[in-house]
Amino acid sequence: MVRTSARTSRPAPPSRHAAARPSRWRRATPWLYLAAPLIMLGTFTYVPVVSMLSYSFTDWDGVSPDRAYVGLDNYVRLFTRPELFSVFATSLYYLVAALVQIVLALYFAAVLSFETRFRSLFKGVIFFPYLLNGVAVAFVFLYLFQPGGTLDQVLGLAGVDAGILWLGNPDLANVSLSGVSVWRFMGLNFVLFLGAIQSVPSELHEAAMLDGASRPRVLWHIVIPSIRPIISLSLILGVAGSLSVFEIPYIMTGGSGETKTFVIQTVKLAFQFNKTGLASAAAVVLLVVILLITWVQRRIVPEERTPSA
Amino acid sequence: MTMQRKAPAAAALASILLIAACGGAASGGGPTAGASAPADPAQATGEITVLTNRTDMVTDGTLGRYAAEFNKTYPGIKVKFDGITDYEGEVKIRMNTENYGDVLLIPSTVSRDDYPAFFSALGPAADLSRKYQFTEKGTVDGTVYGLASFAVVNGFVYNKDVWARAGITAWPKTPAEFLTALQAVKDRTDAIPYYTNYKDGWPLSGWQGAMGAISCDPKANDKLATAPNPWSAGSDLNVSDTLLFDIVSRKLSEPDPTTTNWEDSKGLLARGEISSMFLGSWSIAQMRDAAAKAGKSPDDIGYLPFPAQVDGKYCAPTTPDYVYAINKHSRNQQAARAWVDWVLDSSTFTADIQGISSRRDAPLPTALKPFEDAGVRLFELSQAEAGKVTTIDNAAEVGLTKPEYRQRLVDIARGAAKGDLGGALTELAGKWADAVALGG
Repeated sequence: MVRTSARTSRPAPPSRHAAARPSRWRRATPWLYLAAPLIMLGTFTYVPVVSMLSYSFTDWDGVSPDRAYVGLDNYVRLFTRPELFSVFATSLYYLVAALVQIVLALYFAAVLSFETRFRSLFKGVIFFPYLLNGVAVAFVFLYLFQPGGTLDQVLGLAGVDAGILWLGNPDLANVSLSGVSVWRFMGLNFVLFLGAIQSVPSELHEAAMLDGASRPRVLWHIVIPSIRPIISLSLILGVAGSLSVFEIPYIMTGGSGETKTFVIQTVKLAFQFNKTGLASAAAVVLLVVILLITWVQRRIVPEERTPSA
Repeated sequence: MTMQRKAPAAAALASILLIAACGGAASGGGPTAGASAPADPAQATGEITVLTNRTDMVTDGTLGRYAAEFNKTYPGIKVKFDGITDYEGEVKIRMNTENYGDVLLIPSTVSRDDYPAFFSALGPAADLSRKYQFTEKGTVDGTVYGLASFAVVNGFVYNKDVWARAGITAWPKTPAEFLTALQAVKDRTDAIPYYTNYKDGWPLSGWQGAMGAISCDPKANDKLATAPNPWSAGSDLNVSDTLLFDIVSRKLSEPDPTTTNWEDSKGLLARGEISSMFLGSWSIAQMRDAAAKAGKSPDDIGYLPFPAQVDGKYCAPTTPDYVYAINKHSRNQQAARAWVDWVLDSSTFTADIQGISSRRDAPLPTALKPFEDAGVRLFELSQAEAGKVTTIDNAAEVGLTKPEYRQRLVDIARGAAKGDLGGALTELAGKWADAVALGG
């Protein structure tokens, strides 16, 4: 956008400074526009990451004015305690949930990309949970899952009175929690897919329909191949998300019982046991793991350069 | 053109601020200045900010009334309150800068050795301990940096009406008698005999308050610093954890602990839907309020000591709550000290919350009258080694005062986690012994 405006700008008016240094102005303009987001990005993303890296080489407790450099000690400690990595098992629940979420989102996006009654309403309904604050979502579902709560009452209307402890049953707690995660994040996938599907040229499926292809076949052979980059992006986001689940289980169960995730464990190390150094190292490891998985995934499923994308 | 110049300047300014924010307190390690009270109250001036965890007392105007009262003696000092909901987490992070109020409560995660780097000296321990109790908690090398805001004893808050309907009139003397009492409540009333508050966690970690109540030993907590196995049979931790475990495994607690709610639990106890909870004596005032709100008599709220006796007497160790300290970087040292002294010596704060005053000459709160009448032995639980105990606790990742340790016991007891009580306690003891061996 910046470039377009520069190209179409009128000849400079005979004002003093514009006439003196037109080229300098022009070079500075994009940076001026970028300054605000760049400063924010640096302040809130890169500076904290750099400090986290530096903390991970110290034995800092999070408050103390002095900290000692301990080299790779934290990383050694981390990797000599396999129980710290066993919590990744919890992430499997969220990984399965992420796949379910993508399939559901794809289904709804496909259905709602065709002419359907109340189309806009349904789009809104599906996207709405994503707009809610995660903390609010967690609280709402906490009441939903309580014994005698909303879910039990609805099931009671249907004649089911199982007395299930949705969060209290250790075999069920992670399923309930990842269900909340699907409810919350499906809207995002849905919107991404819907946008991608609508960018597929309509002549393609109109032609296929004329040739007698059914809707599922159009979806399978034309729509899905055209939106592959978006699906693969969703997968990467899903995997990264399921490894770094935090707010929903942290608020709903506090990570008690079997619901502890890697990030909750890291937060507990840092803020309960004052091992900020060790926790920073754990956070760095998580970052590296996610980068690695993304890289492997890109290797296995390379992104195709389609003309439409 | 002005804009062009301003932008890099703003960026430079932002980065300077950033560096300042990051570096912060890291450099402050010099000698600590003392904070003494102003000589003439009428002449003292300044504006101080007091950080507090009692957001409820900020919103309902109680703290404002204290400040107005304070201003009758110190008309020139303006007091502002900063109520913080997540007190521990937020203040700990703010302490990386110089901006953490003038008067604050020391977050429990701050190591005692670091006190001189953050807080002003209040005076020599030898002098202050004559007037105040619980000074050990804020003392480093003979100098006091923090004074206890108030102290509590721990026990079971219970609904007298429910217990009377269950036919229990006398305080249980042993854990077994306590379990029998809860069973009677379960059999004869509709109330949930015991409420763990598992979900919110911190009320559950209050079970650490049973420390010293069973052994009747003022040094019980200090001994943890060298104990190879704090969970050995008959020890404070073993007896209290076993009682908690038995309550849950005999299904005398709420059916789904994972969805408990602390705020709701007060009303539930007041209305007699819950019969008991293990909490500090600070909770009595809140439960009585809840009873009044629910249209019940506040006198239905009772408080009993941990069911264990030594030589025919119950024991109730008193432990200090947060300690007041003065920010070393405060520019209003005298005004801040004036506030601390006034709150401890002249305010109605401890009486209002039914806490035990840190002043040695103050009477016990009325809520503990039954304890006095029953001849319960009240004694100050020594905090001399508290710093070391915390260090070991953190190194071992046991978390004596953190929810997870007892949440796990509850999970095992209700069959939601593998293992048994003996195994869990042995595992904790193993972690503890390793940390003690490493010297914390």
